[in-house]
Amino acid sequence: MRPPAEPARNFRYISKKRRTKEDRRFITGAGHFVADISLPGMLHVALVASPHPFAQIISIDAQAALALEGVKAVLTGEELARATDPLMSGLDIPKVRRYPLAVGLARYVGEWVAAVVAESRHVAEDAAELVEVTYEPLTPVLDPEAAMAADAPIVHPDHGTNVLFQRKFTWGAVEADFAAADRTLCFRARWNRSSTVPIETFGVVAMWHPATRLMDIWASIQMPKFPDLLARALRLPGNAVRVHFDVDVGGSYGVKRGLKHSVLAGYLARKLGRPVRLIEDRIENMRGGDAHGPDRIFDMGVAFDESGVIRSLRIRALDNVGAHAGRAPFQLGKPVGAIVGPYRIGSVEYEAISVTTNMTPQEAVRGFGQAPTNFALETTVDRVAHALNMDRIEVRRRNLIHHEEFPYTIPSGSTYDSGDYHVVLDKALATAGYQDLLRRRDATRAGGKLAGVGIVCCLEPSGGNASFEPLFNPKNETTTWMEACGIRIDLNGTIIATMGTSSSGQGHETLVATVIGEILERDPDTIRVIHSDSLTALPSNSPVGSRMAIMLGGAAAKAADKLKHAITAIGAHRLGVAADAVIYRDGDIALAQDPTRKIAWDTIVEIAHRKFHQLPPGMEPGLQSMHVLDVPTGGSLPTADGRVQMYPCYAFEAHIVYAEIDPITGQVALRKYVVGHDCGTMINPDIVHGMTCGGIAHGIGAALYERFAYDENGQLLSGSFMDYLIPSAHEVPDIEIVDHCTPSPHTAFGQKGSGEAGYLGAPAAVASAVNDALSPHGLNVATLP
Amino acid sequence: MSHHHITLTVNGRPHKSQVPARLTLVDFLRDVLLLTGTHTGCEHGVCGACSILLNGKPVRSCLIFAVQADGMDIVTVEGLAPEPETLSILQDCFWETHALQCGFCTPGMLIAVRALLAENHSPSEEQIREGIGGNLCRCTGYKPIVDAILLAAERMRRSNAGASDATAG
Repeated sequence: MRPPAEPARNFRYISKKRRTKEDRRFITGAGHFVADISLPGMLHVALVASPHPFAQIISIDAQAALALEGVKAVLTGEELARATDPLMSGLDIPKVRRYPLAVGLARYVGEWVAAVVAESRHVAEDAAELVEVTYEPLTPVLDPEAAMAADAPIVHPDHGTNVLFQRKFTWGAVEADFAAADRTLCFRARWNRSSTVPIETFGVVAMWHPATRLMDIWASIQMPKFPDLLARALRLPGNAVRVHFDVDVGGSYGVKRGLKHSVLAGYLARKLGRPVRLIEDRIENMRGGDAHGPDRIFDMGVAFDESGVIRSLRIRALDNVGAHAGRAPFQLGKPVGAIVGPYRIGSVEYEAISVTTNMTPQEAVRGFGQAPTNFALETTVDRVAHALNMDRIEVRRRNLIHHEEFPYTIPSGSTYDSGDYHVVLDKALATAGYQDLLRRRDATRAGGKLAGVGIVCCLEPSGGNASFEPLFNPKNETTTWMEACGIRIDLNGTIIATMGTSSSGQGHETLVATVIGEILERDPDTIRVIHSDSLTALPSNSPVGSRMAIMLGGAAAKAADKLKHAITAIGAHRLGVAADAVIYRDGDIALAQDPTRKIAWDTIVEIAHRKFHQLPPGMEPGLQSMHVLDVPTGGSLPTADGRVQMYPCYAFEAHIVYAEIDPITGQVALRKYVVGHDCGTMINPDIVHGMTCGGIAHGIGAALYERFAYDENGQLLSGSFMDYLIPSAHEVPDIEIVDHCTPSPHTAFGQKGSGEAGYLGAPAAVASAVNDALSPHGLNVATLP
Repeated sequence: MSHHHITLTVNGRPHKSQVPARLTLVDFLRDVLLLTGTHTGCEHGVCGACSILLNGKPVRSCLIFAVQADGMDIVTVEGLAPEPETLSILQDCFWETHALQCGFCTPGMLIAVRALLAENHSPSEEQIREGIGGNLCRCTGYKPIVDAILLAAERMRRSNAGASDATAG
């Protein structure tokens, strides 16, 4: 392990307020989104969706649709399933098969049953209404507990049960700790179904080139291994699919994983010999886009002492993934890496259960299951404080891991890298003016309103190792989730860096340019960063799990280090001295003894590109490098009892929120929001702060406004922005961020991840404030929203 | 389906076109005029990503038909900068405060703010939140957008350009 980076490390570009590279194209309307791509002869897809939550498909009559002028094809699930392989599933559940279009059974309202392809989207939609599908409705199962009953309707009859995954982990002496504790309590917490719901829906354009046997794909995608999975499902060699990562993705936060959309569009493009575009409209996105989020029941048990020390936890998490699995069940797995939150809790029992029901399938949502878990954990801590009649902050202080205890290994096997939790909490409290806030609360209460202060401490695991895969599926021996960067310096001396994934607002171009600029001492504004396509790209696992500052930033740093070595070697050789006799300054190489004797950047570039006779013997010409970075601390499979190093870095958040509630309408107004945030070294503070504020806004939505609600018949009630409420500027208060920097010892500059910041604590914080407001009335709510 | 001749001005340039009656204005702008800066997010008038100025007023271009814009003057995000390769003060301030991430809502947001600042040269934070209350952003939590608008209003006042939102330095 490397020694920790110095917090006060003097960077030239890193951690400085600098404009991003990406923003200019977006403020001028020059973004390159998938819906902006229009190809000659392009056809358009509209979808026929199931109106039933569970039904046998008896027949599909496409005659009237096909008769409409401009209609090119109507595709059914039967045909597509013959020509393609099932979409991947993370768990070992081979009989839970999933195809882009329903085959035989329609399993949720909105599931795609047929696809209509036409010369225009308008005609395709007209024709979709003419497709006549005959169904035999079946009794659906919607409730996850009912789905586990012996007599429940089975969503995937071949699988034989609605339980997709169930395992109870015991880490440490749970039973003894519960027996020895002064007190115990248990309760149920409910995290209802919401999602990230980006303003841009998912879209894909596919084009098949018969002469070269190549499938071109442009998609608004944020998905690990998307090109490989797409090729497999289409039964094409991997190198016959070219995914263009230069498509700007209009928000994702986890969910933009339109594998089914892309398989469908790809198949149609090949079948029809024309480019095919599929852009979800809003109802398709909300209902059939397969992008709902966790839907979870927590049964929590906690053992604690009169002193406020928490000894042990019992957690049972039952998650309703909807009608298909995908990677969604893994969202019960990632929280294993921070299952005790930021606290010194000695033992844990964790039972994770994933069930299938007749609801829209779940997809990865910002935090990959950590936000619901943090909500359950923080609600537990508040309840312990309440039971002991002890201050909520004091209980937290007594249980938070101390700065000097890092690296700290939790019972489930992950080692937290670094942190300064008490200090960050204190800084947040000071900024919030906590005592004033309490006085304000009490005054508001005296005036007849409900008012409360919410307190939350939580972790953001970052770095995106996929250890939950082998943990939940022993056949899957994934122990790394590498990321790569390539750098080239051209003959004119300018720098071009290549990354192998698309971005959805995270500012990766700025990240890469800043890191390279820092190491090579060149102005990041002069560095061009390219999103390559999947055939020219180096390996990537996409920007998930708050990993890119660590992984892409780390790969860029290593690749830049290699170039710096090469430049130094060329300069030293030209000066006729050993490499350790020169210094690197702004890209020039100077004699350490006499810095006036130097070889300039331009000269070195020219030597590398065309003066082979001046290169050190045996050196490769040109100036290019690449680095593929393994996840720090990765590389191990889980132990038999399910202990594993999940993520390398752990960022910390302390949320303080003040809420007032109208006692008549119940409307919650957030009057103050402060978050203390420690994600190590920030590469670009504006980007980190922006994502943190956005994550908090998203978390406020999950706590108060957003829910994919179903009626008892399985009909989705909130399929538009009229009833699925995304917070506007009215609902989101001004947010104050208090920075703190505890560098990670595992990363190039001490950086940790931050892409899921804010969202991981905001729902719990809002819940905590609401419950504080309700507490004088003896009420408590443990259901979000 | 009936087709109609329309004549309108977009970003200062006149256009004549024949459009089907059911073509929405946003589809006309994107698909016919190839002005793809205006985005569709919900197509039911809630998200505001498709906002444009119609005779100076911000409207949702997904909620009106192209034929309804016959004879009108339209400004889209592509028309905000005073000249090619320059930025308006407002755009420049969005960049400076990083008032965006994915950039999808940004064109509609800029249009809403342009309309707001044309009417109110020194809006309070509350008035700003009111002004952008009809434009959803999922990335930023709105704070950097509010900061950008406060900054832009101040700079526009100082430049004596007022609501005309002159070019940035």
